[in-house]
Amino acid sequence: MEALFSLVVGVLTASGIYLLLRGRTFPVIVGLALLGYAVNLFLFSTGGLHTHAAAVIGESINPADPLPQALVLTAIVIGFAMTAFVVILAIRARSELGSDHVDGQQGESGDDK
Amino acid sequence: MIQHLIILPILIPMIGAVALVLASQARDSRRRQLSIALCVAQVLISAWLLSKAASGEMLFYALGNWQAPFGIVLMLDRLSALMLTLTSVLALGCVLFACAGEDARGSNFHGLFQLQLMGLNGAFLTGDLFNLFVFFEILLLASYALLMHGGGKDRIGAGLHYVILNLAGSALFLVALGVLYGATGTLNMADMARRVAVMDGDQAALVTAGALLLIVVFSLKAALLPLYFWLPRTYAAAPAPVAALFAIMTKVGLYAILRVQSLIFVDTPAAEAITTWLWWSGLATITLAGIGVLAARDLRNLVAYLVLVSVGTLLAGKALGSTEAVGALLYYLPHTTLACGALYLIAELISQQRGKAGTRLVRSRRLYQRHLLGGMFLIAAVAVAGLPPLAGALGKLLLMQAAEGAARLWLWPLLLLAGLSSLIAMSRAGSVFFWASHKGQVDSGRVMRPQLAGVLWLLASAPLLVGFAGPVSNYARDTAEQLAEPQVVVNRLLGELPAPQFGRLTTDEEESP
Repeated sequence: MEALFSLVVGVLTASGIYLLLRGRTFPVIVGLALLGYAVNLFLFSTGGLHTHAAAVIGESINPADPLPQALVLTAIVIGFAMTAFVVILAIRARSELGSDHVDGQQGESGDDK
Repeated sequence: MIQHLIILPILIPMIGAVALVLASQARDSRRRQLSIALCVAQVLISAWLLSKAASGEMLFYALGNWQAPFGIVLMLDRLSALMLTLTSVLALGCVLFACAGEDARGSNFHGLFQLQLMGLNGAFLTGDLFNLFVFFEILLLASYALLMHGGGKDRIGAGLHYVILNLAGSALFLVALGVLYGATGTLNMADMARRVAVMDGDQAALVTAGALLLIVVFSLKAALLPLYFWLPRTYAAAPAPVAALFAIMTKVGLYAILRVQSLIFVDTPAAEAITTWLWWSGLATITLAGIGVLAARDLRNLVAYLVLVSVGTLLAGKALGSTEAVGALLYYLPHTTLACGALYLIAELISQQRGKAGTRLVRSRRLYQRHLLGGMFLIAAVAVAGLPPLAGALGKLLLMQAAEGAARLWLWPLLLLAGLSSLIAMSRAGSVFFWASHKGQVDSGRVMRPQLAGVLWLLASAPLLVGFAGPVSNYARDTAEQLAEPQVVVNRLLGELPAPQFGRLTTDEEESP
C-alpha cells in the first residue's frame, strides 16, 4: 500500500508541477489543483497508513490518528477557496490584459507555447 | 479577565472586519471612523502588551482552554510584542492615508485591511505551526484582494503572478508541515522543540528535510534572492496604502524564520544549513537589490528594491547568529519597515501632483507643494539610506559591529555599498522630482489632511527611534537574549518534565494501545 500511495502522490505532484510551469493560466490552475490534491493526500498519510482503523475512538481497536484528518480538512477548505479565487482572477486577467498568457503577452512570443 | 487581553489583537480586527463588510452600505465617513478607531485600539492594546512583555514576562493563552500540546496556544514574548506594535503603528498610518479617498476606489477596502491585520497579528502570536499556516493564508487572501483594489491592468497582471506563486508556496508549506508532523507527532512549536532535541537517525533526517522546506517557504515570503523576483512588480503595482502595509509582509517571513530557528531547530543539523543559506543568499540579495535600486526608473520600483535591500540586510544579520546581531537587526527592523512604508505613501503624493508622469523618473511639470513634499522626501530618503542623524545609521552600525572575523569582510563592504547606491538613487530621484522640472505647474492633487497625517505618523518614527535609541536597543537586546533561551519557553509552556525519550514512538503507542 505504501508503494502505491507514494506513487500516486509522486505522479500527482509531478503532473502538478509540469502544468504549473506552462505558459497559459488554465493549465497553471489545473496544475495548482493537482498539486493541492497531492499535498492533501500526503498530509493524510502523515499519521501513518493503517487499514481497518476507524476515525472515531472506541469504534475499533486501532483508531486512526485524528489530527491529519483535521489538517487535511482545513487544507481542502483553504485550497477550494483559493482555486475559486484564482479562476475568477484568471478570467479577469483574460479580459483586462486581452490574453490568457501568464505574462500578458500574445502573438509571436507568447503564442507558441 | 486580564489574561484574555492577549487574544484581542486577533479578535478586534476580526470583528471589525466583519462589521465593516456588513456595513458596506453605510456612509464612507462612518466606515473610515470605525476603521481608524479599530487601528487606534490595536495600537493601544499592542503598546500595553509590549509593556507587559518588556518586563520579561511571557504570556500564554490556551484557546478554548485546551492545554498545550493538544490545543492551540497563543504566546506572547518580546519578539511577538515588538512585531504586533510595529504592525499596528504601520497600519494606523496606512489607514489614515487611505481615508483621503483611496479606499473608495473599490469595495470593502477597510474590511479587507482589517482582515489582513488579523492575519498578521495572528501569525505573530501563534505558538502552533499549523495555526501559523492558517494565519498566513488569512493574511495572503486579504493581501490578494487588497493588491487588486481599484483594478487596472498592472495590478491584475502582477496580482496573477503573486497569487500563483503564493499558492505554490502554501502547497510547499503544507508538505513541510506534513513531514514535520510525521516525524515528531506534534505541531505545537514548544513540544516539537522538545522532541526534535532528543531525536536521531532517520527521524532526524526527516526533520532536517522538513525544516529546510519550511525555510524555503519563509524565504519566499521574506523575498530572499532566488525567490524575490515577484516582489518589485507586485509592490510597485499595489495601491499606496497597501504597498506601505506590504512593507511588513516580508518581515513576517523574517519573523517566522527567527521563530522556528530559535525555538525549534536550535542545535539540529538543519540549523547549520539554514544559517549558511541565509547568509549567502542574504548577501546576494543585498548585492542584487543594490544594483536594482540604481537601475529602477520609477520611484515605486526603487522603493521595492529598497525593501529588498533591507530584507537582505536583516537576513544576513540573522545568519550572523550572535545575540548582538539579532538585537541589532531587531533595532533596525522597525525603522526600515516604517521608513519604506512612508516612502510608498510619499511616492503616491508625488505622483498625484505630477499628472501623467506619475512616479517615473523623468522631467515633468513642477510640483505644486514642492517644499512640503521635498521635506518629507528628504527625511524618508535619509532614513532609508541609513544616513547618520536617523535610526537607520545606528541599526546598520550595530549590525556591522556584531559581525566578526571573515563575516566582516563580506558584510561591511556590501552593506556600505548598498547604502551608497540607495543614497545615489534617492538623490537622483529627488533632484528629478523637485529640481529638474518644466516651467508650468498645475494646481491639482493637493495633499489632503488625512494623507499628511498618515505620512507624518510614519515619518515621526525615524526621529523617535533615535531619541529613544537607548530603551529601544535595550529592548531589542533583551529580545535577542530571550530568543537565545528557547528552553525557557518550552518549560514554561509544558512544565519542567524531563524531555521524553521518544520521537515517533509515542504516536505509535497512542495509536495501538
